[in-house]
Amino acid sequence: MNEPNRFEAYDEHGGQDDWEGREKDEDRGAGKGHEETEGHGPHDTTPPGPGNGDGQGGSDGGAPGPAQNPDQPPRIPLPRASVEDTGQPLPPLEELPKPAPLVLEHPVLKSLLGAWALAACSPEETAAVEDHLGACGTCADEALRLREAVGLLHPPESLDLDPGLRTRVLEGCLDRRPPRIPVPEWAAPYDAETARLDALLRDMGDAEWHAPVRLRWFEADAATSRRTTVAGVIAHLLTVDGLVALALGLDDPLGEVTAQAPTPAARTEAYWRGSHFPPTRSVRAPWREQSHDLVRTVSFTGGGAGKLSVSYGDFELPLHDAMLDRAFECWVHAEDIAEAVDYPYEPPSPRHLNRMIDLAARMLPTAVAVRRQHGLASPVHGRHLVTAGEPGRTLRLEIEGLGGGEWLIPLDSPAAVGSAEHEVAHVALDGVEFCQVAAGHVSPEEAAAGQVGDREAIRDVLFAAASLSRM
Amino acid sequence: MAKKDAPPRWDRKMQQRLARGEAAALGELYDRFASLVHGLAHRVLGDERAADGITREVFAHVWQHPDAYDPKQGPLRTWVAGLTHRLAVQRLRATETAALAQGGGGSTEELERKVRHASVAARADYIVTSMPAPLRAALELAYFQRRDYRQTAADLGVTEDEARRRLRLGLQLLSTAHDAGAPGAPPGYGGAA
Repeated sequence: MNEPNRFEAYDEHGGQDDWEGREKDEDRGAGKGHEETEGHGPHDTTPPGPGNGDGQGGSDGGAPGPAQNPDQPPRIPLPRASVEDTGQPLPPLEELPKPAPLVLEHPVLKSLLGAWALAACSPEETAAVEDHLGACGTCADEALRLREAVGLLHPPESLDLDPGLRTRVLEGCLDRRPPRIPVPEWAAPYDAETARLDALLRDMGDAEWHAPVRLRWFEADAATSRRTTVAGVIAHLLTVDGLVALALGLDDPLGEVTAQAPTPAARTEAYWRGSHFPPTRSVRAPWREQSHDLVRTVSFTGGGAGKLSVSYGDFELPLHDAMLDRAFECWVHAEDIAEAVDYPYEPPSPRHLNRMIDLAARMLPTAVAVRRQHGLASPVHGRHLVTAGEPGRTLRLEIEGLGGGEWLIPLDSPAAVGSAEHEVAHVALDGVEFCQVAAGHVSPEEAAAGQVGDREAIRDVLFAAASLSRM
Repeated sequence: MAKKDAPPRWDRKMQQRLARGEAAALGELYDRFASLVHGLAHRVLGDERAADGITREVFAHVWQHPDAYDPKQGPLRTWVAGLTHRLAVQRLRATETAALAQGGGGSTEELERKVRHASVAARADYIVTSMPAPLRAALELAYFQRRDYRQTAADLGVTEDEARRRLRLGLQLLSTAHDAGAPGAPPGYGGAA
């Protein structure tokens, strides 16, 4: 975790206005100081310099007599040093010909009090108001009150909540009062990842919503990409999460728009095409509302909904796995967005990362088989088929780091059982790196993986992992 | 900025869902109010970890006592802000009193002044985030962007009269942060829990 960096990033990108505000604020402070000095007259200030060094010996410590606050003027005024002797600039000449004072009615002056307190009037109006304050008690009272109120204006602290705080707070609550309707364990990663992404979006400026993003994935073993914007990515998440919404009987976020196919890519393209204008930040609210609705709905139906499956057009996933898949996609695209606007973004919590890796590992045997059908993976060696449930040639996938573990991947058939005795290859890589491969963000050939054994089997599995990626 | 004015219906439903023991509702409550709660606590206590602690306490309290909120008394947001304010000021007073007892410098009067100051600052923050958006926008332009009221009027596309009115009204609202010096009964928060 690099929290300090996070703050810097916010300042650089989110807080342009803040910066300006702060600088201006300093100007303002300086300006005020000036006014006050002028108010007292430059002659009243005790200039540092020859002529009063000895007189203020009290503030050097050890002074006898009552303690004297060095900030306050001494009780007996010191002889004034001549400004000419100090080398300081001479006071400006007062009483240059002034413009005729502005004459304003009481109601107008009263209406100017807020602007006056904020120093947002013209000099003539300021003078007129200040003139009036000497004569009008009610206005003087209000003026004082409003000036004090200005002192309460702070630049908004761009407090960047620690994303881990949400989990800690919620867990603390649920410990004290166990929920009657819990969020299912398999929906927790989706709940956490959508909350993290939403926190990233919260403080983004309008311009950042239009920052270009390149969606990347693997198709037929080749890196593919599609250009969109930050808002376009959220629209993509909205439409694909909509597949789960549909399976649960919730509204389809596509609404009237019809997609050519019920696949993630077709739905996304249809949504992008269907809107007259490119998506804006206004897409955040429907996306967030739908993600909340999904978590809520699976909490109610989740327990008995093991049989429910979600159709992705070309394939189906059980509801539990679909929610994991959506959590994974949410993280991957949050990384895309964070990269586009140059914010740091952390991987999911180890527990959730582990579930996501597990889903990918479970999908690998089928992905290997599909690639083989397309002639991309090496053919089955020796025999044609492994009997279902029988052990077959196996690759040991070792995932390092937090959230890691070991998975035995059967190579010859999705129906075969992975077995340590039939291990032909061993691949070790970091959990986040593996997810990058599965997301199509890192090429299988470039993945930093430790490899032992059958090179072809390793290649097949890593390319199969990349083939899990999609738009 | 997210929509601040949720309809009261949302508040009522949220309370019912919390009372029903729906964990998903707790998550939504957090998503809506965590930055408000943490921000206020941080303004009072000036410390990240202490603000985390208050955030935990506030959500635990709402989760454990959802019935303590009465929708008839006002919005949930106001109630949550009041609860946060109360707990944060309590915590500040406790830590300062402990420091005082341990012989750290300062006097009871200074302590009270510090508590009052923190309390007013937090209330002011809340007032700014809760005031009608047009007033907030005018204050932001005039104060943070250093626009005079004529420029503010032009930026907002309103008359100069209206800009003056908004600036004055915004500051009048803000100045109520000084009222009700006694913590626990700030006007904006209503009678919290």
